[in-house]
Amino acid sequence: MGEPGAAPTVPSGAALAAPAALALLRTMWRIRVFEERVGVLKRADEVYGLIHLSIGGEGVAAAVCSQLRADDPVYSGHRAHGHAIAKGAPPERILAELMGRSDGLCHGLGGSMHLVDLEHGLMGATGVVGGNIPLALGSALATRLRGGDAVAVSFFGDGAVQAGHFNESINLATLWQLPVILVCENNGFAEFTPRSAHTNVERVCDVVAPYGLERETVDGNDVAAVWKAFGRFLAVARRGGGPLLLECLTHRLRGHYEGDPTLYRAAISATEWQQRDPILRLARQGTAAGWFSAEDVADAEREAREEIEAAVEFARRSPYPGAELPGELVYAGGSRP
Amino acid sequence: MSTTTYVKAINAALAAAMRADERVFVMGEDVAEGGPYTATAGLAEEFGRERVRNTPISEGAICGVAIGAAQSGLRPVLEIMFIDFITLALDQLVNQAAKAHSMSGGQLCVPLVLRTQGGAGQRGGAQHSQSLEAWLTHVPGLKVVMPATAADAAGLLKSAIADPNPVVFVENKALYFKREELPADPPPVPIGRARTVRAGGDVTVVATSRLVEEAMTAAGTLAAEGIDAEVIDPRTLVPLDLDAIVRSTERTGRLVVAHEAVGFGGFGAEIAAAVGAAAFDSLDAPIERVGAPFTPVPLSPPLEDAYLPAAPEICAAARATLGLAAVR
Repeated sequence: MGEPGAAPTVPSGAALAAPAALALLRTMWRIRVFEERVGVLKRADEVYGLIHLSIGGEGVAAAVCSQLRADDPVYSGHRAHGHAIAKGAPPERILAELMGRSDGLCHGLGGSMHLVDLEHGLMGATGVVGGNIPLALGSALATRLRGGDAVAVSFFGDGAVQAGHFNESINLATLWQLPVILVCENNGFAEFTPRSAHTNVERVCDVVAPYGLERETVDGNDVAAVWKAFGRFLAVARRGGGPLLLECLTHRLRGHYEGDPTLYRAAISATEWQQRDPILRLARQGTAAGWFSAEDVADAEREAREEIEAAVEFARRSPYPGAELPGELVYAGGSRP
Repeated sequence: MSTTTYVKAINAALAAAMRADERVFVMGEDVAEGGPYTATAGLAEEFGRERVRNTPISEGAICGVAIGAAQSGLRPVLEIMFIDFITLALDQLVNQAAKAHSMSGGQLCVPLVLRTQGGAGQRGGAQHSQSLEAWLTHVPGLKVVMPATAADAAGLLKSAIADPNPVVFVENKALYFKREELPADPPPVPIGRARTVRAGGDVTVVATSRLVEEAMTAAGTLAAEGIDAEVIDPRTLVPLDLDAIVRSTERTGRLVVAHEAVGFGGFGAEIAAAVGAAAFDSLDAPIERVGAPFTPVPLSPPLEDAYLPAAPEICAAARATLGLAAVR
């Protein structure tokens, strides 16, 4: 399904153009449809656990991950479905994981907040906000010590920036000049409360300014802008430079988790969202620029819907794992206390 | 054979592991300077500061970096200078390292060794003297090792570095400079196998870390009273060699469990409960536990000396299992 994890189609740092733009549009539609479907499945109690959707933020996942290689280690947080899909994880195996089935990426032991797909370089998502930022540094250090040009990427939200591990990590990454790109999806909300209630510093780029790392704030709903900025950063990190921080201003269309009544903010108006929706924006931009046709846009959505429906059926057919599995996987090598 | 110390044995085992495997590297606060107890002395000179990495005082982040490096193919040996500061790294250890293999459905492995040291008796005060190993034994996915001798420290460190799982290696600062005869290349000691330190038929004494030596002193005292104690050192708490303890207890009919950590909620409770379940019919007396009182470690020398569990408490507990409580 799909052609995830494909090699970068343009040199890093170039402006977005066809055919990369169409590939991005397809990836974004796959994420959008996947997550809308997951929302429905959650209400039907077919997927388990806390489900955090990234609807409205697909552009960042797509523009970043589509430029990475399979051997570039990626870490994500609790809102990880989009990153996983964009990095190449098969949607049917993500869905099976959310349903706790044996064909899930983690055989049903991880769930929505703990997706791992080693084959595609998804090293892990975490339910502890910002908790795996230092792990991305560790992967970058491994590249440094072993040799190679893999680039580690860590996705996190603006809520993670107030945590100790973020600040310790920024210090360490800059001190050791690690080839890691920190991608902050700043949606302005940390769970239920606006950024202004957590900190006096509005921009994450300003938080890290004293460390002197290369950084940029972009409109995260402008896929072309994210693509270009990240591509430029990637070229630097590929040559062993870093760390770098890309702050993407996004909008979280849904609540913090599925079922969150979002009483704490007014919904964005449909008209405004039409303007800001990263998928619609890229569709308008791409058709105007001649990167793809209106028919391509329609096909991208239709193909995504077909793929995700097939994924749902695949996941539903997958059995639950055997009761012995948790005990077998406590330790690598199988020893038990 | 040559005379060495517990800390020198650790130092030599680290150097040997780094020579044998390029993936092995050391990181932690002041490790390139040797650290406060010289455990890593000389490593930076031999292996350079890329592989012997000084870190800022950021226990959480450095533990996370070690985890990320481990699951990316390296073999980090992370030092947390005092176990008291492991609190700052527990999120990484508990939520990331311990669960990575399981939560990923077996895709990730974290071959991390976290070396740290605990124990009181050096007037370190309540934040530099604790024995916190019981917390770690409660987390599925971590292995917990507590060597009591230089030979076991060297041999267990070898096994810990080779292990594909996160291993917390808990040393005891009071043991660091004890002298011991050791072969030049001590053999690996398998994780999960207890050692019978002294054979005896009247009472089984299970002791960990520094209290192994205290148990041996106690066994000497008890022998003079006609009581023949068997002393067992589990060496690793997770995985625990329960069979060795149960077999011994079935023979002696009596069990004393001794550790330096606070008795209440300590690992001794787990051993007592497990033996109670496995060998209840063999027990001739209630199981006795020896541990520190339920207070923070006091600074004042007479108070700290009184706080520390030692041979007299082990003797009293052994006599109690023999119905000789009056001797207490």
